[in-house]
Amino acid sequence: MSHSTRIDYTLHLADNALILGHRNSEWTGHGPILEQDIALSNIALDLIGQARNFYQYAARLLNETGGSAGTSGEVTEDALAYLRDAWDFKNCLLAEQAGGDWARTILRQFFISAYQFFLYEELQQSRDSELAAISEKSLKEVSYHLRWSSEWVIRLGDGTAESHTRMKKALDDCWKFTGELFLPAGYEKQLAKEGIAPDLTLLQEKWDARVREVFEEAQLSVPDTEGKRAASPAEKGSVSVVEKTGSAAGKSTWMQTGGKEGRHTEQLGYVLAEMQFLQRAYPGCEW
Amino acid sequence: MRMVAEASIWSLLEEVNDPEVPVLSIIDLGIVRDIRTEGDRVAVIITPTYSGCPAMDAIRMNIRMVLLQHGYTNATITTVLSPAWTTDWMTEKGKQKLQAYGIAPPLVTQQVCHPGLFHREEAVPCPRCNSYHTHRISEFGSTACKALYRCEDCLEPFDYFKCH
Repeated sequence: MSHSTRIDYTLHLADNALILGHRNSEWTGHGPILEQDIALSNIALDLIGQARNFYQYAARLLNETGGSAGTSGEVTEDALAYLRDAWDFKNCLLAEQAGGDWARTILRQFFISAYQFFLYEELQQSRDSELAAISEKSLKEVSYHLRWSSEWVIRLGDGTAESHTRMKKALDDCWKFTGELFLPAGYEKQLAKEGIAPDLTLLQEKWDARVREVFEEAQLSVPDTEGKRAASPAEKGSVSVVEKTGSAAGKSTWMQTGGKEGRHTEQLGYVLAEMQFLQRAYPGCEW
Repeated sequence: MRMVAEASIWSLLEEVNDPEVPVLSIIDLGIVRDIRTEGDRVAVIITPTYSGCPAMDAIRMNIRMVLLQHGYTNATITTVLSPAWTTDWMTEKGKQKLQAYGIAPPLVTQQVCHPGLFHREEAVPCPRCNSYHTHRISEFGSTACKALYRCEDCLEPFDYFKCH
């Protein structure tokens, strides 16, 4: 069992939570109404708490192997969050995308909460007891996030003409980043073999079902299956088939990937510039 | 060497309050999972209510302070995540204290710990007038562990220590 594979995977889980948490925190003080401002800030807090648990574990593994995260001496959770550069981050691209309007923020949250929900459900049984424990804890919190974001997708999609139009626009913007969630990186494939990480194809089926259920209520269609919704259930997962064979079956089926391996969109740079500024300009600063 | 009794540590930790809900001790809250002693060594094992609970650092420090004040200098405080904290671990005394403080305690029958859609709202009694004629304003409240409700009879808003 390779330590570095496990460190990569733990950082991937941590980075997803931190980057989405930071993106959500951008709404603090700017939410459409006070209650939803507080809701999104609470979700941000949960995510950053989960990120801390993963970073603490990654730091422990790194220190056991004598690795470093851009600093000399002992690696800390803070060093992992504040002192790595964009190419070291392993979060999915969807997490780093700008929130845009409320519709896009909600849809981004819904897609990732659904992903995290089914992921943590499986990861609770991981052979790595620390990852299992963090997942068990996180799952309870993500249940709230998933319900809250699902209900908002429906409220907006099946709301006014304006909210519906904005949801459709959000879907156009976000969909191309969903394929990456289920395309395993090298470290995910390796750890799935070892019983540490779950098989992402199984997750995708559950995720698809949840998205379909919510979209049906929300009067929205899943982009890749437009016009063939009545097709046999075997058609599920067509996204990944298209992806894997690399055929360009149409604009909507093309999926952007790379985040898990450190190849990010321009968006991550803006997140890090804001999040890391203080520690870069005033190393070790506390307040 | 001074021998430490576990029972005396349990009662000492009754003095440590949750900084966010100061009416509750950490024992009431159910976050102290275990206390082990060996010789003069004290090990306290705690678990967070929520992953991002900002009170945990303060709680760890306050535990250490109380132990030091009583002469226990050889203490370790460890955080564990599994099994995950649940509102079921809150003591009866804790629930009564919450109610008296104006926060509705978690209900015994918990209906909302799942991701199902538009579930029926929990009937949470108002901590001031005991009316069940209440309405949820937001699932997320002033802290991660609370939801925001309003009583339609006495018209007061109140926090509900939500199911978890």
